[in-house]
Amino acid sequence: MNIPDGQKYTKEHEWARKDGDLVVVGITDHAQHKLGDIVFVELPAVGAQVKAGATFGTVESVKAVSDLFAPLSGEVTAVNDALTNAPETVNKDPYGSAWMIKVKPSQASELDKLLSPADYEKLCDSEG
Amino acid sequence: MLATIGVPSFEALLGHIPKELRHGKLTMPAALSETELVDRYTALSRQGEVKTSFVGAGLYHHCVPHAVDTLISRGEFFTAYTPYQPEASQGTLQSIFEFQTVAAELLGLDVANASMYDVASAAAEAVLMTLRVLGKRRRVLLSAALHPDAVRVIETYLSHLEVTIETVPLKDGRTDTAALGKLLKDDVACVLVQSPNCLGQVEETAAIAAATHGAGALSVVAVTEPTSLGLLESPGACGADIAVGEGTGIGILPSFGGPGLGLFACKEAYLRQMPGRLAGETKDADGRIGYVLTLATREQHIRREKATSNICTNHGLCALAFTIHAALLGPRGLCAVAEQSAKRARYLVGKLEAVGVKRRFAGPFYNEVVFELGAKVDAVLEKGLSRSLAAGFDLGRWRKEWKGGLMVSVTERHTKARLDELVALVTEVCR
Amino acid sequence: MTPSFKTPRARVGEPPIFEKGAPGRVGVSLPAEDVGDVPLDLPPALLRKVPPLLPEVTEPEVVRHYTRLSQLNASIDTHMYPLGSCTMKYNPRLNERVARMPGFALAHPLAPEGLQRGLLQILCELGLWLQHVTGLDAVTLQPAAGAHGELTGVMMIRAALKDRGDARRKILVPDSAHGTNPATGALNGYEIVPIKTGPEGHVKVEAVRAVMAQDVAAIMMTNPNTLGVFERDIKQIADVVHQGGGLVYMDGANLNALLGVATVADFGVDVVHVNLHKTFSTPHGGGGPGAGPVLCVQALAPYLPTPVVVGPPEAARFDHDRPKSIGKVKSFYGNFGMLLRAHCYINELGAAGVMQVGRDAIVSANYVRAALKGVFELAFDAPTMHEAVFTDKRQKEHGVSTLDVAKRLIDLGFHPPTIYFPLIAPGALMIEPTESEPKETLDEFVAALKQIDREAQETPELVKNAPTLAPARRFDEALAARKPVLRYRRQGSGT
Repeated sequence: MNIPDGQKYTKEHEWARKDGDLVVVGITDHAQHKLGDIVFVELPAVGAQVKAGATFGTVESVKAVSDLFAPLSGEVTAVNDALTNAPETVNKDPYGSAWMIKVKPSQASELDKLLSPADYEKLCDSEG
Repeated sequence: MLATIGVPSFEALLGHIPKELRHGKLTMPAALSETELVDRYTALSRQGEVKTSFVGAGLYHHCVPHAVDTLISRGEFFTAYTPYQPEASQGTLQSIFEFQTVAAELLGLDVANASMYDVASAAAEAVLMTLRVLGKRRRVLLSAALHPDAVRVIETYLSHLEVTIETVPLKDGRTDTAALGKLLKDDVACVLVQSPNCLGQVEETAAIAAATHGAGALSVVAVTEPTSLGLLESPGACGADIAVGEGTGIGILPSFGGPGLGLFACKEAYLRQMPGRLAGETKDADGRIGYVLTLATREQHIRREKATSNICTNHGLCALAFTIHAALLGPRGLCAVAEQSAKRARYLVGKLEAVGVKRRFAGPFYNEVVFELGAKVDAVLEKGLSRSLAAGFDLGRWRKEWKGGLMVSVTERHTKARLDELVALVTEVCR
Repeated sequence: MTPSFKTPRARVGEPPIFEKGAPGRVGVSLPAEDVGDVPLDLPPALLRKVPPLLPEVTEPEVVRHYTRLSQLNASIDTHMYPLGSCTMKYNPRLNERVARMPGFALAHPLAPEGLQRGLLQILCELGLWLQHVTGLDAVTLQPAAGAHGELTGVMMIRAALKDRGDARRKILVPDSAHGTNPATGALNGYEIVPIKTGPEGHVKVEAVRAVMAQDVAAIMMTNPNTLGVFERDIKQIADVVHQGGGLVYMDGANLNALLGVATVADFGVDVVHVNLHKTFSTPHGGGGPGAGPVLCVQALAPYLPTPVVVGPPEAARFDHDRPKSIGKVKSFYGNFGMLLRAHCYINELGAAGVMQVGRDAIVSANYVRAALKGVFELAFDAPTMHEAVFTDKRQKEHGVSTLDVAKRLIDLGFHPPTIYFPLIAPGALMIEPTESEPKETLDEFVAALKQIDREAQETPELVKNAPTLAPARRFDEALAARKPVLRYRRQGSGT
């Protein structure tokens, strides 16, 4: 299972990584594997406000649709538009080129409350 | 078989059903043989037969070639179900793909779904869709010349929502664009007009769509006479964002009002908010082109309570009949049907005007005309029936203030001899 | 073995109809232009500028194209089609003949009222028979499909509760329900509260009692449920919901199993929809049209859509004056053509025949269940009615999934059962043979599934690569969804 260090995770299988003042968000390798072939990603517009634990978009495979949950609150400063035309990137490179949004956090401390790589691995193991 | 199952009797299979619920006795008539049934239904069906009918009013009877019925009667089509298994359902799937193409072409929009129940329910789904696209807008404007059944269905579908439905009044039988301008504010989600409208008049769809867009709302256009699309500008070309239509008339006979066919098309930008099934092209493991149901994540079986609609089928066999008839017609045949219907209607208008019968509205029309008969409507209808002729639709049945109007629908089926019969009838009664 | 796709036969590759023919061809003949030269006098701005892209083909070309397409389909007429919950039974041909009688096919819903007597008699009789079958008091034949009937029924519940000044917010839906149930509830503005199915495959009254509250408008139950299990607590559940001020909706998708066995009214149900295309054999048509009449108790009758047919049959009429009605859910009076076919089906069978349908369907399903038990894992080891639900638990050990089993069944000449539904049975194979299949066909079907189980152990790749004998191999569904191509476009035309 690919769970890189240096970033945090949510119970709903998103990852969040600090990038200067911003936090980059995407879904985990485990999540893309569970969903199967990703066919569509719906993301918020730049400037939108996201709230920790609330949905900020959806990701669809052929036969399932999942909500995306924001790991932390803040303003969306960038959106990965490339996923619109190439949703399969999420399957190929979930932690790299398939990042989804960049957030300017309103409460940076929220990041600390998220799961560590080790805790996230335990969660995945328990879900099977 | 009971031995394999391991029970002594059928009753033993039902042992788990509480005794107090185990009552299934039916009171129904005894079985009839095939011969008896054919006799019975022949007799019942004859009670409603007329030689000639000029009734339209939202459901039109055109010539349907016999090849249509022969093909849709193939068991491989009509005894199949929703194509859940594409490898075993390519006939249905390819024909849906062809149907979507025909529907999108006729309505002049980017994409069409695999069909809905009828134009009224499609119109209601279209209004719901505009409310999803423009989430904060809570007013819906309906033309007063939208088919009364469609109005009623929309009201019913929207009854649980905090949405205001308002009517755009008419001027000379057409949607009043000045009045529309006053109603259009930034809280309007959509404006829905029908063209030709329920009084037979062709609307200024392009101007209405432009005004609608000016207020940031979505333009929805309904078409109840599908052959009109062979002659009149398509809703899409007029600027509509969503178009719905009734397919009955092309491939489908009136059948006392159902089953019909709801056409539903929209601009590509709104594809993911569109209700209903969709077939799409893809490839199989050997690289051969084929078709599957696609974008199913919008639908009830996956998104459950968040679905775009609860619809889980289409009117598949009707869509197939529509596609086959449209293919037989081709662009030339469709245009010829439309031109003949329009010309025959004008022949009738000329003949009746010559004997002093006036049209109620002077605006442009396609093939349906309201004649001003005053108190003579009943007499014309009654005398017509004595000659096995249904002379038209008494507009007073829809609204009291529309009384005195007889609405007559003319199609390519109405040869000169039939038209002359109606002229003779009206002349006799009104002279 | 059943004639199957094994025979060398049609494969995909029939070009879209738009690629056939040649410019200028027309496949219809029209009446001669006999009204002289009449000018069209329409303003040019209203006229179509670009003709629609329609095929330009002759009748023989059209007939060959669609005949070839038909040969790519599995259907009841060519294959056993045991789609669970869809009740794919034989469609008698007499019904088709009757529906095409000119007095029916050409009848106009707004023709002068004197012409409607025979048609009204049929609607009235069918309504009465459905009342007999369900034991309920009133009926509408207007909804065009099962999901449409659900929508109608839940709207009626909403209207009735609103009328008594008791708007409520929630609807209880068991987790074994059809996806349409939660979608219908949500479309009516209700919040959906799922209820867990008990270990024996049915909803326990305690589970309902635990969530029943003042803001619950209704429960939506399917009986027998989608596991084929009779909801034995249904009457007590209905009592709990009624005592809490809620109403009881029943999804009648599986009514076939109750014919001659049990009566819906005895369950304490207030509203039920009936799928005529399932229980009463109107053809499925590749996905419709269907018909979804709704029946209800007297207290809900005022809310039925308008118009309602009022008897007696010989003097039936439409009653449009229904001030409390929810309104209309469809143009005119419903899918008359389908209602007529169901009327004819009931007439052909008579009371004894209709009761036999339920018995035969139950015996067939239990026979298949008994024959496959031990080969496939049962989702729930509880007595079942008209369908049997297995899972792929055992075959998974060899890397073979339900999807693979379904695709291999196509190779062996059967339409697959419903798969991956109900959701509470992971890897579900939901088999509903119906009363139409003779024992020999059931035996062949069982033999085919046993063969697939052996193949899963011995030659799993064969199953995982299936189908290889069908008109097509497996499709790339991700490709279809990522880059949707939803219509034909002429090469280079951009239109």
